[in-house]
Amino acid sequence: MKMPTPDAKTIARRSEIIDRLRAIVPGEGVIVDENELSTYECDGLMAYKQLPMVVVLPQTTEQVSKILKTCHELDVKIVPRGAGTGLSGGALPLADAVTVGLGKFKSILDIDYENRCVVVQPGVTNRAITDAVEDEGFYYAPDPSSKIACTIGGNIAENAGGMHCLKYGLTTNNVLGVEMVLMDGEVIRLGGKHMDAGGMDLLGAITGSEGLLGIITEVTVRILKQPDTAKALLVGFPSVEAGGACVAKIIGAGIIPGAMEMMDKMAIGAMQQFVDSGYPLDVDSLLVVELDGPEAEVTYLTERVREIAESVGSTFLRVSENEAERQQFWKGRMSAFPSVGRISPDYLTMDGTIPRHRLPDVLTRMNELSDKYGLRVANVFHAGDGNLHPLILFDANVAGELDNAEAFGHDILRLCVEVGGVLSGEHGIGVEKRDLMGEMFTEDDIKQQQRLKCAFDANGLLNPGKVFPTLHRCAELGKMSVKDGKLPFPDIPRF
Amino acid sequence: MSDIMKPETEDQVLEAVRWASSGNAKILEIVGQATKRGLGRPVTADAVLDLSGLSGITLYEPEELVMTARAGTSVSEVKAALDDANQMMAFEPWSPMGLYGTQTDTHDSSGGGTVGGMFAAAVAGPRRPLVGSARDHMLGFHAVSGRGEAFKSGGRVVKNVTGFDLTKLMAGSMGTLAVMTDVSFKVLPKPEKSRTILVFGAADPGQAMRAAQNSPYEVSGVAHLPVNVVTLSAVSYVQGAGTGVTAVRVEGPAPSVEVRCTALRELLSVYGEVEELHTTNTKTLWQEIRDVSYFAGDRQVWRLSVTPSEGPTIAEQLNGEHFFDWAGGLIWLAMDPKDDAGVDQVRGAIASGHATLMRASDDVRRRVAVFQPQQGGVAQLMKRVRAGFDPYGIFNPRRM
Repeated sequence: MKMPTPDAKTIARRSEIIDRLRAIVPGEGVIVDENELSTYECDGLMAYKQLPMVVVLPQTTEQVSKILKTCHELDVKIVPRGAGTGLSGGALPLADAVTVGLGKFKSILDIDYENRCVVVQPGVTNRAITDAVEDEGFYYAPDPSSKIACTIGGNIAENAGGMHCLKYGLTTNNVLGVEMVLMDGEVIRLGGKHMDAGGMDLLGAITGSEGLLGIITEVTVRILKQPDTAKALLVGFPSVEAGGACVAKIIGAGIIPGAMEMMDKMAIGAMQQFVDSGYPLDVDSLLVVELDGPEAEVTYLTERVREIAESVGSTFLRVSENEAERQQFWKGRMSAFPSVGRISPDYLTMDGTIPRHRLPDVLTRMNELSDKYGLRVANVFHAGDGNLHPLILFDANVAGELDNAEAFGHDILRLCVEVGGVLSGEHGIGVEKRDLMGEMFTEDDIKQQQRLKCAFDANGLLNPGKVFPTLHRCAELGKMSVKDGKLPFPDIPRF
Repeated sequence: MSDIMKPETEDQVLEAVRWASSGNAKILEIVGQATKRGLGRPVTADAVLDLSGLSGITLYEPEELVMTARAGTSVSEVKAALDDANQMMAFEPWSPMGLYGTQTDTHDSSGGGTVGGMFAAAVAGPRRPLVGSARDHMLGFHAVSGRGEAFKSGGRVVKNVTGFDLTKLMAGSMGTLAVMTDVSFKVLPKPEKSRTILVFGAADPGQAMRAAQNSPYEVSGVAHLPVNVVTLSAVSYVQGAGTGVTAVRVEGPAPSVEVRCTALRELLSVYGEVEELHTTNTKTLWQEIRDVSYFAGDRQVWRLSVTPSEGPTIAEQLNGEHFFDWAGGLIWLAMDPKDDAGVDQVRGAIASGHATLMRASDDVRRRVAVFQPQQGGVAQLMKRVRAGFDPYGIFNPRRM
């Protein structure tokens, strides 16, 4: 992975930059000591590490604004960072950049039950939003696996998903407004407590923009009322095909479960070994289906799902009988990563999305790739929406295995694109999948995205080296095409 | 009289845009069936780019909940295909018929307009608070930029964080950024059963609406019609109410709908007498609300998106007739024509939110900003974003 060459001139000005930052954020808010900086050397993609030039931890929007304005003036790059749980290297530091950590933006500013929304600072964790409102029977729906640690600001940057986004939507569908700081220090507000920000949907465009467009300093999210009842079903099948058919039939019958997760044999074994979740070991695929809503609806849909499962040849079926059992059924799936961590020294988490019906085909070809690369792969799968998380098992201490695992991962993502899917469902491109963008997009597609970047950050100072393999200069992208005289009136049906 | 170009292929769209952007730039008015020409500032163009010939559903996989259609495909064709598979566009796009009297398909009053126009105007109806708006259901698109370059963004799957989400920008951009040639969008199963609980004469309609909206009963529409609007309904229970009517829709599997209706009747009975509408009346009532058919005619119509709890207070300050959707978060306002459409009064009443002048004469829409003007920094940013897509300003300039 090649990162942009650090600018020696910027590094030479380090002490000046530190002084300027200390004038904005006093005391311990500016971190320069090498030992302390190492805390920030990577995010959840731990294969890549880089010590930041300096870390700054502002506490107010005004400080963020001044930091960006100063860096804009000094032509210094910025890497925004939430909790550092991202899996695609979006918060990977640069040797010549200031990492701006939002960890001190921890306040919940306003809980408005009447309008079903909460206003928070970006460093508040995903789970803390639900914690703050659950006594009143509300919750925040998107639930990435890292919800205890990941921040809402980072969730917006990566458009985080989770188990329940099949029914309740991704981050982008649950954010109502933000305050954000542009690279030149300007503070803007988009949206609010009302539905649909007016004018062009910039809020939609900044969600999932991986820290390339601005730094978010305040967030308004929608909260929902907790459903009355939730039940989980564990359904095992003798083949992946049968599991896939069950998913298709459930959706085809007009049922959108609260969550519908699938795992393959290796994943099932790893999870059950890690924590007893009642998973059967003699099946080739296992579904966890959660149905939520009024009790009558849950009871009714449970029966329908049971009928569908049996009709496609399920060999194992259990319905949770109480809340404790429902949580037990989820335990294994929720601990997918540590489970796999137990059976392999290292693993890479992939994140492609495919059209659901291509699943059996994709899994077959993934097994062929597994043989080719000589690496094992465990699959967990947000089955309802086609989001795959193959976990490639490897040992970084074996020379060449990391490279081999990455090459395997890239082949899996190419396969996802080939069958009509995408490179990333919910983890983002970051540095991890950056060089694969060309698999999905043409040069013109990518240029058009970069023109959006230019509108926000013309000098390319925010999070460079992420998302795009090469960042075209805005002057070049903005150049008017050569207008070689007049083209004749086009030969199109006219009236 | 401007030329009308009617491309039938993506390549012809590309050719038309390249022509328009070459030499002295020519302004194009981008239209589908032109059913929503009344929305936005009128465009004076050198040529009309009529996309209605670029038509056809190119992919529909009901079990995958996804459809792709060329931009000029008529909404009624899409709905017919969805009906066959018992599916729907869950965001409940409104038909332009109610506001603009424009109807292109006489057989189906729920249609009107094209897929491209529907997403370009980002129209969404009463189900919006539950399932999201047009922007939440649009998954990807192909388009031609004002530079004459074909590009795409998004895809055909729901979960996707691959590059910037240009799809969101395209939804609601009124054809001012690029010419979409096809759109992929999410579709959902139709509910098995639909019912409506009516509450008569709630003293505080805002509170009644929010009680329903914030209940755990997953309501799919919460509206309130004041006494002067109820008489315009074709549903007899509403028309003859003689008082304001709060309406709450419940959809889903039959046993669930029954239980939730019972619970809601109890919950809402403190606000007034309650009544329950069955399938046909439910359909009629929510179609009226969705299409704003109460305000058919020539009066000026505003659409205000506001913080739901503030809706009733804001409405009190406004002259004219109004009704609420989105539990108070959406106000439809009809008023007698004025030269300035009462713009200062309307926008002055909103602390947080925005107001769109949905219907007024061409003259008025030239004078009054149809879409709420943005604050300085945001306005500048939008201008730069637009220039990145359409540097010569050839697509529907100033329509938005």
